[in-house]
Amino acid sequence: MAESLIFELGQKGRANTYFANGKQAADYVPREHLRAELPLPDNSELDVIRHFTRLSQRTFSIDTGFYPLGSCTMKYNPRINDAMASLPGLRDLHPFAPDELAQGALAVMYDLERLLSGIFGMARFSLNPAAGAHAELTALLIAKAYFAKIGQSAERTTVIVPDSAHGTNPASAAMVGYNVVSLKSDERGRVGVDAIKAVLGADTAVCMMTNPNTLGLFEDHVQEIAQAVHAAGGLMYYDGANANALMGNSRPGDMGFDLMHLNLHKTFSIPHGGGGAGAGPIGVAEHLVEFLPVPVVRESDGVFSLDFDLPESIGTMRSFWSNFAHMVRALTYIYANGGDGLTRVSQLAVLNANYVRAQVKEFLTTPYDEPCRHEFVASAQELKRETGVRALDIAKALLDRGFHAPTIYFPLLVPECLMIEPTETESKETLDAFVAALREIVETARRDPQEILAAPVNTVVGRIDETRAARQPDLRWYPPADAAG
Amino acid sequence: MYTPHTESDIAAMLAVTGAGSLEELVRVPDGVALKAPLDIPPGLPELELARKMNEYAARNGAVSCRSFLGAGAYRHYVPPVVMSLAMRGEFLTAYTPYQAEVSQGYLQAIYEWQTYICLLTGLDIANASVYDGATALAEAAIMAVNATGRRAILVSSAIHPNYRAVLRTYAEGMDLDVEELPLAADGTTDFRTLPARLADGRFAAVAVQSPNFFGAIDVPGESERALFASSGTVPIAVVAEALSLAALEAPGTWAQIAVGEAQSFGNPLAYGGPYVGFVAAKNEHVRRIPGRLVGRSLDNRGNTAYVLTLQAREQHIRREKATSNICTNQAHCALVATIYLAALGATGLERCATLNLERTHELAARVSTVPGFERAFSAPVFNEFVLRVPKPMTAASVLRELQTRNILGGVDLGRWYPDLADCILMNATELTTDADIDALASALMEISTARVPAGAARG
Repeated sequence: MAESLIFELGQKGRANTYFANGKQAADYVPREHLRAELPLPDNSELDVIRHFTRLSQRTFSIDTGFYPLGSCTMKYNPRINDAMASLPGLRDLHPFAPDELAQGALAVMYDLERLLSGIFGMARFSLNPAAGAHAELTALLIAKAYFAKIGQSAERTTVIVPDSAHGTNPASAAMVGYNVVSLKSDERGRVGVDAIKAVLGADTAVCMMTNPNTLGLFEDHVQEIAQAVHAAGGLMYYDGANANALMGNSRPGDMGFDLMHLNLHKTFSIPHGGGGAGAGPIGVAEHLVEFLPVPVVRESDGVFSLDFDLPESIGTMRSFWSNFAHMVRALTYIYANGGDGLTRVSQLAVLNANYVRAQVKEFLTTPYDEPCRHEFVASAQELKRETGVRALDIAKALLDRGFHAPTIYFPLLVPECLMIEPTETESKETLDAFVAALREIVETARRDPQEILAAPVNTVVGRIDETRAARQPDLRWYPPADAAG
Repeated sequence: MYTPHTESDIAAMLAVTGAGSLEELVRVPDGVALKAPLDIPPGLPELELARKMNEYAARNGAVSCRSFLGAGAYRHYVPPVVMSLAMRGEFLTAYTPYQAEVSQGYLQAIYEWQTYICLLTGLDIANASVYDGATALAEAAIMAVNATGRRAILVSSAIHPNYRAVLRTYAEGMDLDVEELPLAADGTTDFRTLPARLADGRFAAVAVQSPNFFGAIDVPGESERALFASSGTVPIAVVAEALSLAALEAPGTWAQIAVGEAQSFGNPLAYGGPYVGFVAAKNEHVRRIPGRLVGRSLDNRGNTAYVLTLQAREQHIRREKATSNICTNQAHCALVATIYLAALGATGLERCATLNLERTHELAARVSTVPGFERAFSAPVFNEFVLRVPKPMTAASVLRELQTRNILGGVDLGRWYPDLADCILMNATELTTDADIDALASALMEISTARVPAGAARG
């Protein structure tokens, strides 16, 4: 049963009494500035509750099931984080509150910034960017400002991005006018030192990498790569999407990265909320601190303030200072775990991934035959050749069995790729059930591929006509009178 | 610690992997191995954790002051039903709905959000949201650049200063020129130079905010609209207070793109974020709109089904050829806004907007009766206005005095406009009580009599 749109429910005048009925807008504003009608539905509160409750029940989430979603780190979102972000002293604070009456909020930002700097080995972090891709853009603007200051902006035109990188990396680089050079991974699934030396030159601005990379492999030559990039005059950028593998074990700053971002909604347990809001703090090494976006939080004799006065700053990236409610959540998470706890988080994330990998390789191809970090890739290429069942079909069959799909067809260099990241918050029993479901799907595919190709059948809708969605875009509801238009 | 592993689990799992220890599994080359353990105290049990975080919350005295702060972030009444629904775990802990078959509920909610934004702005299409109002303006500018092939943007100086600052940050990186239209005496945009500026066809877009940063209703007139059309520039409407859309003329009557901030629809102030930007546009811009779009289609059984669509614009498909690098939207903030709009309905939203007008006009009338204090601008306003303080006072000095009385009187405009250093931007919403207004008016009266002897002429 489809759920009606909110616009198809309700009756004009079926209003909830939140506010007194008094004057008219026309008592205050000339009529020419007022709208003639407001064509929105009136619904009783009960109907609103039923509508959105039903929508929630048609939505998969961490709270309802397991996500083996590579590079997205779908770990448990502790409820204490939300409770702390909802404390009135933090939730109701206006961004233009005077610094002296916002010391607690500024302390949250300052303490989090210092903790992140320590965990990842950077000189400073800025909490300004709103998400990972936004942080990448911020970082590339910092790189541009840096090269302008040292008089090399004309020649530094190229950003090097390995073929295993996230799509946001080349998109962010292109957005600010950099040419993107894609670097092929070597047979070990890593960036080769010789390969990178071959593309480095006076035009190199930034090399964007993630480590472990999206194949779940540690870039073990990262220091030599960083040395080579630095020798060519370029900067090293760390994409923090995979930071959940590293805490307490290795730091991007020590690997030679000059810039990095974090996705607090991955590593630091902030709920994804169906695709945002995220948060993407950006960390920099000492020589780039002066270019950070404003404002930064200053501390002097235990008094905090927002500092907008950084002459070399790239400017500001957003309306207000940070996705502050998420900073509260991340700080709460760090205090809950402590240093030893965060170290353990990364160790167990790696254990869970290896535990699943060791079993999945019994029935699916796992390229790069070595232990992985927090995630790994499997390939359905062989299965597809034998049965016609693709990675996509396996993904849909998992939905039928109560699991979310892994990330599929990414990274692009592995054909029919399934990218699996269990995270540390899943129990052995959950992982066993997932492996059993995956094994059963592959066995069924060999026996009766049609059954898998028909999946999903247990979901509220079946496979969706995406071509129709793109060719005849239906992006909104129209009031009945306008529907013809 | 949120890990379920017992020691025996770990031993059994290690045995399956073939590794001897956790340390062996995570080993990295010596050169990059962390030399000392993380310098962070041990994890706190939840009870102590809550105490520690409450200590931070207790040090934000601003939340217990009477507040007239607005300027792009507004306090509004949020019916409890909104958060009670939005905080359901299915919504809160869902991933981006790429697997549409198990995300129909969230996808439908975003489709409803897109529809609400279209109905409110009077435009054809809207995306699934962007980071906030400021980045929405920057993204709209990029849309206009891509649509026209032109590399300059003209913006009203009455657009929120932070929005203009973000636009400049983006423009610097993309090598775009940004120029500004000045302010007219009544607090709206001065369009007199528009014909000359648009003459050479240099500008991809002209952006105007209404209500503008000074609270004034600020809409291009017939002659400006004709100029936009004849010069081939893209008119962009900016809305920093989405609630105004419930009362004021829809920006779609003059703009091709409308962008803004929808924090007012149910999202808390939260010291600046997360908020939720919207981007709405005429149909012709559909392939240029940034970020995610939810479309309605059919499944293989003929059922109505929702799905992320037109993804060929996006970074994960197009990489360096994408229309924008945006990956995240503000799905959960947009969901909050959608539930808020559904609960209030047209009736509730209209009443709320009218109450904002009523409270603001009451506040403005009261504070301008204080000797020496007067409205700086004459244009009609929505829920903010500018109060000029008598010389030799400055906005900063008056606000400091008010702060000692636990009143946050507004925002000092001198922060961005040096010639308005004697001006305070004041906001009232439906939450502003008679007692708040009385307290502010009496405090201003005290400040006024302390500084300005009775009968003294204004300097």
